[in-house]
Amino acid sequence: MIYALVGNQNSGKTTLFNALTGSNQHVGNFPGITVDQKYGVIKGTNDQVVDLPGIYSIRPYSSEEILTRDFIINNNPDAIINIIDAMNIERNLYLTLQLLELRKPTVIALNMMDEVKANNGSINIELLSELLGVPVVPISAVKEEGISELVRVVETTAKNRSIPKVYDFCKPGPVHRCIHAVSHIIEDHADAAKISARFATLQVILDDQQIKNLLKLNDNEVEAIRHNIVEMENERGLDCEAAIADMRYRFIEDVCSKTVLKPKKSKERTRSINIDRILTHRYLAIPIFIVIITTIFWLTFGPIGTYLADGFSAVIENIIAMIETVLTNYGINQVVKALIVDGILAGVGSVLSFLPIIIVLFFFLSILEDTGYMARIAFVMDKLLRKIGLSGKSIVPFLIGFGCTVPAVMATRTLPSHRDRKMTILLVPFMSCTAKIPIYAFFTDYFFVEYKALVMTGLYFGGILTAVISSVIFNKLAFKGNPVPFVMEMPNYRLPSVKSVILLMWEKAKDFIQRAFTIIVAATILVWVLQSFDSRFNVVDDASLSILASLGKMLESLFRPLGFGDYRFVTALVTGLIAKETVVSTLEILVPAGITSVLTTAGALSFLTFTLLYTPCFAAIAAIKREIGSAVKTMGIIIFQIAVAWAAAFMVYLVAGAFI
Amino acid sequence: MTLDQLEIGKSAIITKVNGNGTLRCRLLEMGLIPGTAVEVVKTAPLKDPIEITLRSYVLTIRLEEAQLIEVQEVK
Repeated sequence: MIYALVGNQNSGKTTLFNALTGSNQHVGNFPGITVDQKYGVIKGTNDQVVDLPGIYSIRPYSSEEILTRDFIINNNPDAIINIIDAMNIERNLYLTLQLLELRKPTVIALNMMDEVKANNGSINIELLSELLGVPVVPISAVKEEGISELVRVVETTAKNRSIPKVYDFCKPGPVHRCIHAVSHIIEDHADAAKISARFATLQVILDDQQIKNLLKLNDNEVEAIRHNIVEMENERGLDCEAAIADMRYRFIEDVCSKTVLKPKKSKERTRSINIDRILTHRYLAIPIFIVIITTIFWLTFGPIGTYLADGFSAVIENIIAMIETVLTNYGINQVVKALIVDGILAGVGSVLSFLPIIIVLFFFLSILEDTGYMARIAFVMDKLLRKIGLSGKSIVPFLIGFGCTVPAVMATRTLPSHRDRKMTILLVPFMSCTAKIPIYAFFTDYFFVEYKALVMTGLYFGGILTAVISSVIFNKLAFKGNPVPFVMEMPNYRLPSVKSVILLMWEKAKDFIQRAFTIIVAATILVWVLQSFDSRFNVVDDASLSILASLGKMLESLFRPLGFGDYRFVTALVTGLIAKETVVSTLEILVPAGITSVLTTAGALSFLTFTLLYTPCFAAIAAIKREIGSAVKTMGIIIFQIAVAWAAAFMVYLVAGAFI
Repeated sequence: MTLDQLEIGKSAIITKVNGNGTLRCRLLEMGLIPGTAVEVVKTAPLKDPIEITLRSYVLTIRLEEAQLIEVQEVK
């Protein structure tokens, strides 16, 4: 059996999924787009449950909604588990009605019933179940109450293929007449297309092109439908969209008035209002946000992160050293040893070196998300971010980007829209990451001893400025059209669940290793080969004779307009793709006399600008490919970054050349 | 008047939802339909977006979207 888990955002869907499956879950990608497809086996059964994205409606507007709808229609799960927040039942039932129209075996998991009871509210479960025509099981996902009962009911419902008994939500009147007239027209078509006639009717009335195409209506039928809709709109005095929403909410209000005794104001809500007096306070909100995010940043890239990373890399280095000793004692061929140690192991080491940061950062981020603070960040920062065509939540990946691009790109997963995600992924690499600091330090030591701070600050702001300019251009060109509306639910503050925090950390770490391993290790080996051999595949002692150096020489002319048309700098930039720090070590080897001998001051500024903006590193590329979900688009992003870096470095070189 | 003009702490009944396409549908689906009671809770530090309650939940929307919602204040 396969079940689909569907529900609103903030309904406790992920918590229920975790409760159902324990740690037995896998993350895949829905084909084509990078929305997580989480699936797992329900504990104690052989049944699979698929965690679909949190949505408010299955109108096909966002990719999450399309995906949910297509999954239910095409994959035909044996049952739908619809999770509902009992504290917010009216709005949650809106999606439920749409699901019921699909006419698939459905069970409602009424979550947070414990909160309803604790606040002296009550819900008549039996009556609710009768009025909606499907089984309703009260649960508490957080406390894992009612889960086994839910599983039992879902299994029975799936086995008996029990279709929802109720699907007619309208009272006699113009809307009712219209729905029935249209339903009559399309019924045969819907049967032929194997979709629920009821669902198809409403989608056709709401002008859903995808469903219309599936139904293959003829011109007469289209005209008859249009006529019915116009008549209904005139009689009802509302356009069809408002009329249908009104019809559904009227039904919901009626059901709720019969079954729900609402608590006046819940303890949780009161607590949230009190917390928000401070956290979204007019003057305090932004300073508090800065303090919180700086603390997280500092802990991740400062004490905790560094401690873990140092310990971790010490272990890795020890292991590598041990293997090296073993290989040396064995008397293995030097080249093979170098391949293993400098190629393969170095690659593996660099994949692993990202783990501490990812784990620590996602520990904090999942707490921000689970407590509900992330929604406050979106609320507080929205206006600022909207100036560059993004929404409030994007601020988080941007700030993380100053630490490391890899987790920053990974953190875009929680952004509400695909447009926001893509644009944030494109712009995040312009935030100067900590790995670039050694390069800045190296160059400023040589060229700008007196203006060290100024140059560094300039670079950071240069990155931000590039991101802002790029976003303005993107808004005009690639991403024009509708920015996604900001209509966001503000959840109550909650204590994060230890289980979901740990699961998320584990999931992110595993995901990164699985997805990034091949790219990073393969790329590291490739660069090692290019560095270690000459064009006839003889081992080179002199780095200036390697294939990489020859390639660098071929590319020299491309970089001449930037003031560093020297293969040594080009080589350094290529090795910098393994890890930014490598730029320095490569230059130290290739230019033993010190870089002032081969570079002008303007050239140094230009090189720094290029370093700031060009493709971060293989790990970042791997993360971007993972999130964008397309190798072609990832290539496009890489080309875009290099082009921007080139253009900016060129301008810096021209301007600096004129003044210095 | 429109929802963006409603003062903090004041309640109103929605009379009409303007706009078009996805945005309007989203507003309707979230329960902002004519006849629904809303209350403005607060505004963000930069005055936009605003936080409102309706149907016993809390929603945040931008002023731009609030302008699309016509309301009648409840005294």
